[in-house]
Amino acid sequence: MPARRLSAILKNTLMYVGLIIFLLPFLLVILNSFKTTQHFIENPIAWPKSFSFSNYIDAFQKMNFMQGFINSLVVTVFGVLLIILFSAMTGYLFVRFKWKVNKVLFFIMLAAMAVPFQVIMIPLVMLYGNMGLLDSKNVLIFMYMGFGIPLGVFMFHGFIKGISYELEESSFIDGCSRPRTFFQIVLPLLRPIIVTLAVLDVLWIWNDYLLPSLVLLSPANRTLPLSTYAFFSTYTVDYGPLMAALVMTIIPVLILYIILQDHVIKGITEGAIK
Amino acid sequence: MKNNKKLHNVGIFLFFGGPSLFAFAVVFLIPFIVGLYLTFTNWHINNNDWSFIGFSNYVEVFRDKTFLTQLEFTIWYVIFTVLISNFLAFFIALVLTSGVKGERWLRAGYFTPNLIGGIVLGYLWQSLFSRVLPFLGQKYGWALFETSWLTSTDKAFWALVIATSWQLAGYLMIIYIAGFTGVPKDILEAASIDGANKSTILRKIVLRLSIPAIVVCIFLSLSRSFLTYDLNLSLTKGGPFGSTELATYHIVQKAFLSNQYAIGQAEAIILFVIVAVVALTQSYLLKKLEVEV
Repeated sequence: MPARRLSAILKNTLMYVGLIIFLLPFLLVILNSFKTTQHFIENPIAWPKSFSFSNYIDAFQKMNFMQGFINSLVVTVFGVLLIILFSAMTGYLFVRFKWKVNKVLFFIMLAAMAVPFQVIMIPLVMLYGNMGLLDSKNVLIFMYMGFGIPLGVFMFHGFIKGISYELEESSFIDGCSRPRTFFQIVLPLLRPIIVTLAVLDVLWIWNDYLLPSLVLLSPANRTLPLSTYAFFSTYTVDYGPLMAALVMTIIPVLILYIILQDHVIKGITEGAIK
Repeated sequence: MKNNKKLHNVGIFLFFGGPSLFAFAVVFLIPFIVGLYLTFTNWHINNNDWSFIGFSNYVEVFRDKTFLTQLEFTIWYVIFTVLISNFLAFFIALVLTSGVKGERWLRAGYFTPNLIGGIVLGYLWQSLFSRVLPFLGQKYGWALFETSWLTSTDKAFWALVIATSWQLAGYLMIIYIAGFTGVPKDILEAASIDGANKSTILRKIVLRLSIPAIVVCIFLSLSRSFLTYDLNLSLTKGGPFGSTELATYHIVQKAFLSNQYAIGQAEAIILFVIVAVVALTQSYLLKKLEVEV
């Protein structure tokens, strides 16, 4: 059927052209990151005269990229690890021990997931500021753990419910303790949900601005979003390096995305449906 | 023996639940309760002998013309963002699931704006709106783009809506795709054999059966746009002249720049209540339209 064929071609073209338009903002930033600021202002859509990396070197030094990158990496990695480990354990506790206190706590966590950060931020800064606990990466990591626990517990709870108890029982008969059974038998089975949760939490923590902007005060502690903000506020008209800074900030997540593409999409779908 | 068992259980509870419950309580629960209490006091950063003042902070909030204007601005922003991002996402998902070559790559491509945070997103679009578009506008005489959109309130409003929808659409698309894949193929085939045309199938079947996905998407887009902050800070910085400050921006300023913690907190709670009421109402209303397969 030619009509059907035509509509298929039309559909394909539409989607691919649409995608290029959709990604145009990225392409323009990459293009302009190779131009001098003057060339950018003269003609922001022209092809670069030469592909020089001087903007990148400039931005790398001025925004202290390495420091921001390492801070972001430390906060994200430890934040995500803590969330996964402890919410898996608590999810297990809530599924396998149907005590009243567990049910109440689980309900409180579910309710907490609906509360936006905006409601917590003012008292949080007030309390931690009074105790002199601000401006520390460790405290920030601990805060991410606290905020990430409810979703983690919820997702592990749903997953562990579907795992049969028999495996664990045979391990008890062999004389294994609860903790050992959990780490040796249950935890390896949780791999799929761990990947999903890790994807959601990495995207959240790596890109988060508001919480670190309230908690981290000294420039040496800045995570990447904070150093991007500082860089843009200081060098407002120096477009060449600014564009390069944007590209450099995007690249780490982009590489992760290219490697873990399917997991990311799967993680987003599952995270949202739940 | 019984005591021993109890002790053992307490041990298990503390081992498996202790660390996470401690973090949850100290980071979320206690600040939440303190925050509620705070709104009924006149606590101020330089005021250490504060006292209980009842609902006056809330009354104050509703008398604050600036906050009300910004709340209205936020609501318009939410309405247009939710509509545009959902239409776009729905449409892209619909075409992608109807048999397009390289669906996986297209899907991954449309999702990429979600890899970046609000700060980077805002600066990306700021350079487009303040440099690239005015350049094109002047070169080709398109009056709409001749001046930077970020210098007028109305256009800066649309800049915010467009940048947010651009990112949200790719995210919602993933959820719509999951929803459409759940629509049974045999129902669609039966309908087209019975002679139903495409728009009828879309309206009567696909739309109806993907209501759970629609509920989730509207819920997500509502709460995300109501709470936007980073993008607002990097794209417009609330300007020109503070005319594009969304609710969260206002709250952050009130608390951490004017040091009015108690009023800022009251505003945050009012914002939360509005988001919760709107989000729950829409799920309730839309779920009524749901049909069982």
